Amino acid sequence: MIHLKFEKRLEQSRYSFVGVLVLSIVLALLFGALLLAYAGANPFVAYAEMAKSAFYSDWKETLVKATPLIFTGLSVTVAFRMRFWNIGAEGQLVVGGLAAAGAALFLPEIVTLPESPWVWIPIMMTASILAGALWALIPALLKAFLGVNEIITTLMFNYIAIFYYQFLYTDAWKDPAGRGFPGSARIPSFTKLPRFTGRVHLGIVIAVIAAILIWVIMSKTRQGYEFRLIGENPTAARYAGVNLFRNIILVMILSGGMAGLAGFSEISGVSFKLQQGLAVGYGFTGIIVAWLARLNPFGVILVALLLAGLLVGGDELQMSMQLPAAVGEVLQGMILLFVLGADIFTRYRLRVVQPPVALTSGD
Amino acid sequence: MNADLIISILSIALVAGTSLVFATIGEIITERSGILNLGVEGIMIMGAVIGFAAAFHSESAWIGVVVAMLVGGLLGFVHAFLTITLRAEQVVTGLALTIMGTGLASFLGQELGPEGGALVGLTGPRFTEISIPILSEIPIIGPIVFNQDILVYLMYVVVIAATYFLYHTRSGLHLRAIGESPQTADAMGVDVFRLRYLYTIVGGMLIGLGGAHLSLAYTPGWSENLTGGRGWIVIALVIFASWNPWRAVVGALLFGGVNAIQFRMQASSTDIAIPATLLNMMPYLLTVVIAVLTTWMQRFNKLIGAPAALGLPYNREERH
Repeated sequence: MIHLKFEKRLEQSRYSFVGVLVLSIVLALLFGALLLAYAGANPFVAYAEMAKSAFYSDWKETLVKATPLIFTGLSVTVAFRMRFWNIGAEGQLVVGGLAAAGAALFLPEIVTLPESPWVWIPIMMTASILAGALWALIPALLKAFLGVNEIITTLMFNYIAIFYYQFLYTDAWKDPAGRGFPGSARIPSFTKLPRFTGRVHLGIVIAVIAAILIWVIMSKTRQGYEFRLIGENPTAARYAGVNLFRNIILVMILSGGMAGLAGFSEISGVSFKLQQGLAVGYGFTGIIVAWLARLNPFGVILVALLLAGLLVGGDELQMSMQLPAAVGEVLQGMILLFVLGADIFTRYRLRVVQPPVALTSGD
Repeated sequence: MNADLIISILSIALVAGTSLVFATIGEIITERSGILNLGVEGIMIMGAVIGFAAAFHSESAWIGVVVAMLVGGLLGFVHAFLTITLRAEQVVTGLALTIMGTGLASFLGQELGPEGGALVGLTGPRFTEISIPILSEIPIIGPIVFNQDILVYLMYVVVIAATYFLYHTRSGLHLRAIGESPQTADAMGVDVFRLRYLYTIVGGMLIGLGGAHLSLAYTPGWSENLTGGRGWIVIALVIFASWNPWRAVVGALLFGGVNAIQFRMQASSTDIAIPATLLNMMPYLLTVVIAVLTTWMQRFNKLIGAPAALGLPYNREERH
């Protein structure tokens, strides 16, 4: 009898994870092909349509959708590096968007500042970072003081934020001049992010800068080292005298701030007002982005582009082929599941173990 | 407040809480074995959509229940395979199941209807109230407890059976042992791997059953986002319940009660002017409050906490 056995690799295979990712994408596409065939479509035609739309005809939309995904992917990356399970990026994005919209709509009436994007964009960014960080801070404090499970609190805070935002755009902040349609008034033109082409806006540049900043913090500073140490070896961190309490607070401020920026870029760069469509799942997709990128800030940029392409392609399926757009989501989930499953091959190698019986038999 | 109103609210609370009880007990069984399955939301919604589709096409609500449980068990198996055999990170695997399950449920909801159409808006077979003779005539308790659909009665059985199994059988002892100290259990000759597989699958089946109760009894039919985060509330309820089936019932009734009150207030929104969006927040706020209070109590009153090996992969060759 032949036994298969996982043997731990001494060093993690550096390039095997690229192979794992490619293999996972292929397997997920095969699974998706079954679904498409079931829905009565030719999978090859459907995938060709998706790819053409995502990376050729609608490549600008892919960049638009990648922008918030980079921010939420970074948000999750920072927290997951410390094995702090912040599942609340969606809610932190929403409050970030609320803060940006609130600042743009109401601050100009209160304070007189030059009506220039150079003044107002930084104000809105600060507001959304603060809001996202504060929203993340509550679960962080509950965890640090009482040990309340952060998975539950961050998740519930998503729902609370989303309902509050619905309340604002359908009720408290609803535009009186909106002829009864839900949604706030439009933000003034000096609070909008400049656009390059199509709907592609400056947010993507800010997102890339944010990725570089996060990389510097995580890889080049003592603080980042402490985050990683807690995540990789909590016992060693404790013996080394790392202050867990302080790190939980800091990691969540950073993580929440990043997610808050995603909300800012959606309001200031895309929708220009509070309306339905701010909470469309970028926070949850950020988890997939971060994990597929192996919690590497630069990887986040690439994976965000890839997953944004799947979203754009999924929308295209719905529009041109009347197929459910959910195909894009299913593919994302499947890629993540396959990566999780195949990940073992980067940490272990599969060995065929021959039973020692053959040595003792005397023929 | 008249008695009829109280009876009606408590009755809705019970039926609203039933899916939570099934799923919470399923998750308790899984977590007791040391496996954290955060895929509850995804499994519930898959159970709900496929259960409803199966019931619709077979014209039998029972077939819907069986299929929903099979789907739940299958997804439980996927979680077990990834986390036990392939040693994947449990938290992220559960999240992945939820993300995939939610997307797939949405896809299937648009494809599993008659002639490949949508399921939304269809009415299919459902479980209706059956009042139990004599028992249902007991004042107050009767109409609440003994005038419900048959899955609610099944829920009573599951609660009693799960409690008996966990605390009064040898297998229940083994289940608790592999979650508290897999090394010790392994040394005693308990097959940790096999049992963890088994209880993750059984847990998934109960979670799928919870989903089926939503689409076949509580809010019959299919609509996008039918579960509305109930799967996540289940994760909190498990902690609230201190991994004990009886306490799960208390917690689920509490949430069912909030649902019922919310329902009432929305129906008679003339006297109290709270916007629906803010009312909808209530269950989630309550979950946070409950998570905080339970953790507080578990810290200071030495209530039983999580199984010691929860979320930790067990590997014979590595020390922990």
